[in-house]
Amino acid sequence: MEICRQNEALEIRELDPFLAELLRQIPESAQPKDSPAAEERLFSPPAALEEKVLCAEWKLYVVPELRRLFQSATETVRADLQQLRCTDKPFANCTLRIPMAHADAWLSALNQARLAIAATYQFSEHELCDHYRSPLGSRRDLSLFQVNFYGFLQEFILREMEGNA
Amino acid sequence: MLTFFMNRLPRNKVAQGAVLSVINVPRSALEMPTIEKQEATSEEVEMPWNVVVHNDPVNLMSYVTMVFERVFGYPRERAEKHMLEVHHHGRSILWSGLRERAELYVQQLHGYLLLATVEKVG
Repeated sequence: MEICRQNEALEIRELDPFLAELLRQIPESAQPKDSPAAEERLFSPPAALEEKVLCAEWKLYVVPELRRLFQSATETVRADLQQLRCTDKPFANCTLRIPMAHADAWLSALNQARLAIAATYQFSEHELCDHYRSPLGSRRDLSLFQVNFYGFLQEFILREMEGNA
Repeated sequence: MLTFFMNRLPRNKVAQGAVLSVINVPRSALEMPTIEKQEATSEEVEMPWNVVVHNDPVNLMSYVTMVFERVFGYPRERAEKHMLEVHHHGRSILWSGLRERAELYVQQLHGYLLLATVEKVG
């Protein structure tokens, strides 16, 4: 896999089918339907729970707006990921082109996915910092790899955004 | 969203009195409603609130720094100082001031998926 900047876009080239599949999973991972832990992390309370009125009003007025914001980012990413629908050669390496105008949406969707996965599997800080962990022996290991891979992409996007500023 | 912030404004006793005097109806003819008073004292209104960001092991340090720069307009050095404070001490106070503004900042920080809360000072 190779990532580089091409004019007003980021290009991820030579994406093998495994990494391409991990990328395809970003929108689903970002909005898990059956994980209360992920839901709680993505929509955390704005104050200590003793501030009952504030927390209740937040749920009523702010959370739906945050949900729309997150949804909009994942929809942008989902549309970009359409490029990975390899039809003729399903196991060939492919290229993904991310317009720099979508960089914020990608940062958000990658972050949503990382936080939701980490909350669902309750990864410890030690696990998250252990970048030498291998091989992928379980769903949990795969999810940890996913969190780290998405983090690597976030770092790259951030670096390119900074270079752009 | 506007409703959320309107609801959080302190109730105004003077305004309630003004409404009663403008309507020209004998007081005896009115069945006086029970008014539930929920007023904030001036001390409560003026008391500053902190915007606190809490550590989480998932958000990248570079990402958190960028968010502080964007939301608060802090220069890179200040944003990094707060990011490191969150990282090493578990939390950092990013801003202090009026409650409504503090809540608005927290909402922006939640939009970037940081763990942020408002806290009463003191």
